[in-house]
Amino acid sequence: MIGAIEVSTEWYLVLSAVLFSIGAVGLLIRRNPLVMFMCVELMLNAVNVTFVAMGTELNDVGGQIAVFFVLVVAAVEVVVGLALVVAINRRRLGASADDISVLRG
Amino acid sequence: MQFQLSDPVDTPEIIWAGLAPVLALAAGAVLLIMFRSIVKRMPDDLNATATAALGPVTVLGMWVVGGLVGNDVPLAGLRDDIGEPLFYVALFAVLVLSTAFVRSLEIGFDAAFTVGVGLISFVATVELWTDSFRFVGPSGDDVLLGIGPQGGPIAAFGTQYGVDGFALVFGGVIALAVALTALLLDNYLRREGIDGVEMYVLLMLSAAGGVLMVGANDLIVLFLALETLSIAVYVMAAMHSRRAESLEAGLKYFVLGAFSSAFLLYGIAMVYGATGSLNLVEIRDYLDQVVIADNAMLLAGFAFLLVGFGFKVAAVPFHSWTPDVYQGAPTPVVAFMASAVKAAGFAALLRVFYLTFLDYRADWQPAIYALAVATLLVGAILAVVQRDAKRMLAYSSISHAGFILVGVQAATDRGVAAVVFYAAAYTFMVVGSFGVLSIVSGRGDRGTSLDDLDGLGGRNPMLAFALTLFLFAQAGVPLTTGFVAKFEIIGAAVDARSFWLAVVAMISAVISAFLYLRIVLSMYLGTADDDAKEPISVHPTAALAVGVALALTIGFGLVPGPIDQLANEAILALAG
Repeated sequence: MIGAIEVSTEWYLVLSAVLFSIGAVGLLIRRNPLVMFMCVELMLNAVNVTFVAMGTELNDVGGQIAVFFVLVVAAVEVVVGLALVVAINRRRLGASADDISVLRG
Repeated sequence: MQFQLSDPVDTPEIIWAGLAPVLALAAGAVLLIMFRSIVKRMPDDLNATATAALGPVTVLGMWVVGGLVGNDVPLAGLRDDIGEPLFYVALFAVLVLSTAFVRSLEIGFDAAFTVGVGLISFVATVELWTDSFRFVGPSGDDVLLGIGPQGGPIAAFGTQYGVDGFALVFGGVIALAVALTALLLDNYLRREGIDGVEMYVLLMLSAAGGVLMVGANDLIVLFLALETLSIAVYVMAAMHSRRAESLEAGLKYFVLGAFSSAFLLYGIAMVYGATGSLNLVEIRDYLDQVVIADNAMLLAGFAFLLVGFGFKVAAVPFHSWTPDVYQGAPTPVVAFMASAVKAAGFAALLRVFYLTFLDYRADWQPAIYALAVATLLVGAILAVVQRDAKRMLAYSSISHAGFILVGVQAATDRGVAAVVFYAAAYTFMVVGSFGVLSIVSGRGDRGTSLDDLDGLGGRNPMLAFALTLFLFAQAGVPLTTGFVAKFEIIGAAVDARSFWLAVVAMISAVISAFLYLRIVLSMYLGTADDDAKEPISVHPTAALAVGVALALTIGFGLVPGPIDQLANEAILALAG
């Protein structure tokens, strides 16, 4: 019976790992900088799930408090990232990572 | 499940003196941006006067901050000084001299301000060092700084931020790097016609993050400091917004930096899950007492932390961003990235792995061993095939990171001392090298290919000679700090019985030597088409930065004793 299944901490950890992997893979394979930023957000928020799950498991507020700091950092990263994308678009480089390839070895 | 705050949360005891180096940088950044948002532009004569006045103001600031930080009783030293008649003579002389010196530099206001802030932060660091680690207060028990009679680390903010010898040496190096970078930036921004104060503000904010990071005794503090450091540098890399290369470097650095931060954070979360704490002191105590039966989570945490730090310090295989970013970003910013950012990354790596996870070194040493081998060889070999001097130095900075990893891998006090020495020595070598490149490359950073360096020995013998010495230092030629640094690292590796790693490090040094010689040869033997090239204009500020870096590189190469002693006393310790 579905209702009898108890959702334990491991479930949240697995969820977090899955979300983190989606973010990491997405960042590597998607070429649109905006989507890449979303993937970074996904990775950071996946870590938040781990923090909260672990904080609850350990009965420690440290994990919950960490989430606030991570949220702030995530917001700051987006601000800087979007500013960079705007600056690049102003120079008409195009918003795809493949267009941005002046530098190569 | 409900959380109960049965005990009221303790308010941490804040020791402001311990935080002074960070506060000086952060306050400097805030003051400068506030001033510039009110006063956009000053008339020329007022600007010159204000800039010259920054000389004596900096000296006074160093004296006041040093007095506040360094004395057991606040202002006692200041009162003693003020009583002396000779003090006024000295004060007058210093004020006149510093004004004249700043005037002769023809430096801009913002750059002069930043250099001053860097120097004040450095003085605060030195005062903390001499007071807390070398001397005992006159009363014998120094209650103000919360340290025992024999001196020692200060828990500056509860147990979140520890000021120990290690943090102070790295903090001092970062503060000096700020001053040198600001001198280089003055020349660069003027040449490129970039207005605005943002670069200097970001430089100081980034350095504040770096100084905070090297003393972070809490994983969240460490993460926040790392982000403060990195995010400011992402913007600095993209600051030359008219150049496509600069924007591209900024975006690449940003995306890979954010990627690595996420890995680092996941590692932090896993270590938290395995040990139940985010505080390095508590984690260490917990790992000392408890044998974790199923430590898969902890080991995964190590792996993720290592990936995160690997990106930050550009260890192979996490190095792919380095050449592009170093080539595209403004050269003075690259000098800062290669010196301060890298040093802070290694400091945090040691703080987490050596200091906290020492009991588990059997688990992480092999990983660092593999990283070190790959970093040493890939960095050196790929550097040889480059055609661009900035790219070449980027790969060579990767192989230098490999050297530092050899010291980390040793996981001994000697290894830590070697890392401190190497990071400090490398900071000045690399600031000098990129400083010369920044001057030579001309408008728009165009002339950074090896062909552009052809015949530099004939066009500007002084710059060519300086670059030669920096490159020799990087190669590890005796009588430079580079030699002593490499010697210490290899000594530490042999001491820790990592013989093969020492051999790989030496092979890497030989390959790198070839690359540095190639640059030197093209400078002196290359066929210079003198007329076709723009004359090189050397601004006094840039010359000063290169000169200081050169003096430190050669001076401490001839007399390595003081830095060596500093490195050996910079033992990592956990405060609290």
